[in-house]
Amino acid sequence: MEFFKIRKNIPFMRHALVFNVISLITFLLAVFFLATRGLHFSVEFTGGTLIEVSYPQAADTQKIRDTLAAAGYVDTQVANFGSSRDVLIRMPLKPGQDSAKLGAEVMGALDKADPGAELKRVEFVGPQVGRELAENGAIALLLVVFGIIVYLALRFEWRFAVSGIIANLHDVVIILGCFAFFQWEFSLPVLAAVLAVLGYSVNESVVIFDRVRENLRKMRKASIPEIIDHSITVNISRTIITHGSTQMAVLSMLIFGGEVLHYFAMALTIGILFGIYSSVLVASPLLMWFGISREQFIKAKKPKEEAVV
Amino acid sequence: MNRYPLWKYALIGITLCLGLLYTLPNFYGEAPAVQVSSVKATVKVDARLLERVDETLKAAGITVDGIFFDQNSVRARFGDTETQIKAKDTIERALNPDPENAAYVVALNLLSRSPAWLTAIHALPMYLGLDLRGGVHFLLQVDMKGALTKRLDATAADLRSLMRDKGVRHGGIARERDQLAIRFRDAEARNKARAAIEAAQPDLLLVEGQDGSDFKLTASLKPEAQKRIQEFAIKQNITTLHNRINELGVAEPVIQQQGADRIVVQLPGVQDTAKAKDILGRTATLEVRLVDDENSQNPAVMEEAARGNPPVGDEYYVERNGAPLLVRKQVVLTGDRLTDAQPGFDSQTHEPAVHLTLDSAGARIFKDITRDNVGKRMAILLIEKGKGEVITAPVIRTEIGGGRVQISGRMSTVEANDVALLLRAGSLAAPMEIVEERTIGPSLGAENIERGFKSTLYGFIAIVVFMSAYYMLFGVISSIALTVNLLLLVALLSLLQATLTLPGIAAIALTLGMAIDANVLINERIREELRNGATPQAAIAAGYERAWNTILDSNVTSLIAGLALLIFGSGPVRGFAVVHCLGILTSMFSAVVVSRGIVNLIYGGRRKLARLSIGTVHWK
Repeated sequence: MEFFKIRKNIPFMRHALVFNVISLITFLLAVFFLATRGLHFSVEFTGGTLIEVSYPQAADTQKIRDTLAAAGYVDTQVANFGSSRDVLIRMPLKPGQDSAKLGAEVMGALDKADPGAELKRVEFVGPQVGRELAENGAIALLLVVFGIIVYLALRFEWRFAVSGIIANLHDVVIILGCFAFFQWEFSLPVLAAVLAVLGYSVNESVVIFDRVRENLRKMRKASIPEIIDHSITVNISRTIITHGSTQMAVLSMLIFGGEVLHYFAMALTIGILFGIYSSVLVASPLLMWFGISREQFIKAKKPKEEAVV
Repeated sequence: MNRYPLWKYALIGITLCLGLLYTLPNFYGEAPAVQVSSVKATVKVDARLLERVDETLKAAGITVDGIFFDQNSVRARFGDTETQIKAKDTIERALNPDPENAAYVVALNLLSRSPAWLTAIHALPMYLGLDLRGGVHFLLQVDMKGALTKRLDATAADLRSLMRDKGVRHGGIARERDQLAIRFRDAEARNKARAAIEAAQPDLLLVEGQDGSDFKLTASLKPEAQKRIQEFAIKQNITTLHNRINELGVAEPVIQQQGADRIVVQLPGVQDTAKAKDILGRTATLEVRLVDDENSQNPAVMEEAARGNPPVGDEYYVERNGAPLLVRKQVVLTGDRLTDAQPGFDSQTHEPAVHLTLDSAGARIFKDITRDNVGKRMAILLIEKGKGEVITAPVIRTEIGGGRVQISGRMSTVEANDVALLLRAGSLAAPMEIVEERTIGPSLGAENIERGFKSTLYGFIAIVVFMSAYYMLFGVISSIALTVNLLLLVALLSLLQATLTLPGIAAIALTLGMAIDANVLINERIREELRNGATPQAAIAAGYERAWNTILDSNVTSLIAGLALLIFGSGPVRGFAVVHCLGILTSMFSAVVVSRGIVNLIYGGRRKLARLSIGTVHWK
């Protein structure tokens, strides 16, 4: 079996400007939605209480809302979670509230209104923990970016490092933009997924960069755009198959993983799709514009000649 | 050229065997079990307890599948939950005849069904996190400022009595935020006070000042003293929590320090948060009282007291060595006055002893009491849940001053350690606040396992089917390598006993999806070499060799992200990161070394190899 029988190089670089403009527009849109709508942070980040309740029959969320309001809990959000029988109740932080009792009290109120409710989980996060999580997330992100730049700069050259990281940060911003646009819940597992995507989609750039470096040495006569086109073309089969395989695993998570893994898998899916796009169509043109040249990789072999001049 | 030296095959073989061995316990599943551990630091769990439990069960006619003894508990395994519950009740009745004063925790638990020889080589099933097994998780923040304030308040009392003892007149000692301010009328008094404080309180940093017409001396805790107090506070709080949680009857509680000032408490299987929280927040206190020796030596009175009618003003207690005694109700000293308790040895007799340090107010009371009661006995009680236990009741030999008290006599080293621990652990050193709490019901835990398992399984099957169809034999080899990767990853997780959470299972699924990248790279590279006219053998060699650089680069970048998550992540993120990082490492081994080994076994020996089974190559 062979899906990709490409005989000629695909002239990706000829349309580089178009792709980058598309990228820029998506990027700006993502930033726009992040700025206007903001992320819908989960309880882990904002602090608050989360109660998951399971009913033997389909749950009436309106009735639950009324019951809670009658018991004095205002500002609560009640929503179905996964199935019509499971309900997720979110409550904001209130100073001086006893979280352990809160769970029991809420269950007491719900049980009185509609017997048979089963408490599945309670999560309570204090305000300072949430703030720390957000800070640590930001530090982790910076560390990943820095680590990858340093590694790529050592293994390749700074131009590769910078174009690689720009392309992949663009993926991250787009994932966040999607979460902001759809107001999907941004939880800790999603943060993990975003950082994993950063590491993962740099892979794609690395594989192409690797080929570019190899071909810079091999294809002496070719121009830089030709070399990049060729490198992407010979790799396209691997790119699609690899990401297809990863996507199969992620898709399986999206289908069977339940509500907890849903947004985790969603973030990965967006990350994988944009990872391909950005590595092929963003990182490579950037590489071209930063001005890579053969000498950057070959000069190391003939240092003596340069010294004479 | 495509042959591995024997040692490389041996390496693969050994790794596979070890992988299988350590993965094995995960297949046996779990059996209902009863776990017996000690509530009190003074009651030891040992081989005798194992015999006792075994005999009790035999006498009741309950079949035990296996009974084990580990460091601090005895565990018995049963065929079904019905037997388990029956066994629990039987053991409970036999070991704790008085439910009000239980010496052992008898808890229901799940135990791996894996055979003993696997357990002996530390091959245990993966350690499941709370989101998979259900339970309660608390994150407690220790109020360090509170610990320091508490200490400063105690110091203020010490300084007042110090000034009184030295006859220094002062215009008041007050705590102003994190320092103490002492006012004086004149410089002479201040100098005198300064000398006295420096000698008695080496932990204080003294600064002289002027406030209007008053001469001032401000005392603050030295940074190293602050650090020591904080470290002590968190250690003591952990010890206290341990003791309290023991009473909840939790099979495998986790109590760990996290960061500088936080404590994580995880109670698998516990559902009642309110009760757990109640117990965590409870305080235990120490009391020093005098023993009513006269009545204690009177057998008639004692008999009456044992039946619940002690003389007026007395309480009936049984000492730890079994000797009954009557203790006066009047409390001489409470644990608030105790600043430290350490095990050690008597400097003269070299007997094991416990050294107590009292604060200055406590020291004065203690001095007065001992002076007035030489030759009598004094009881040290630990009061918990409104119920007291006499830890020790030594005879007062001489007047004891200076606030350093030594309890010795009739104690082994172990007992000395236990008493010191108990005394230290009586109360919390600093207030704590719950900053994070998570309760996961058991049904949700089981659901999460199923979801995670399904996600991994179907993702795996999809990849295997696709790879085999697309790359033919090489795809099958890649799939085998992927299976090996999964095996090694599970083995490693079992071996390290890293906590597996739902995000961790997600990381396994994701790792499989990402690990196949290395094999795709290799297979594509081999196809390309064939297309460019290389012979099959040369294509295999070149394919693996050229792909290796790329595989290394791409895995290192993934690993950087994984490590950052591991360092800065907490909770679910860390669970993900651990598996992710381990998965990257195992995938590099399996995708490159193992798959090459199989390819070499199949193709390496053939001289005249016309074509490789790697799917369509020539379409030009």
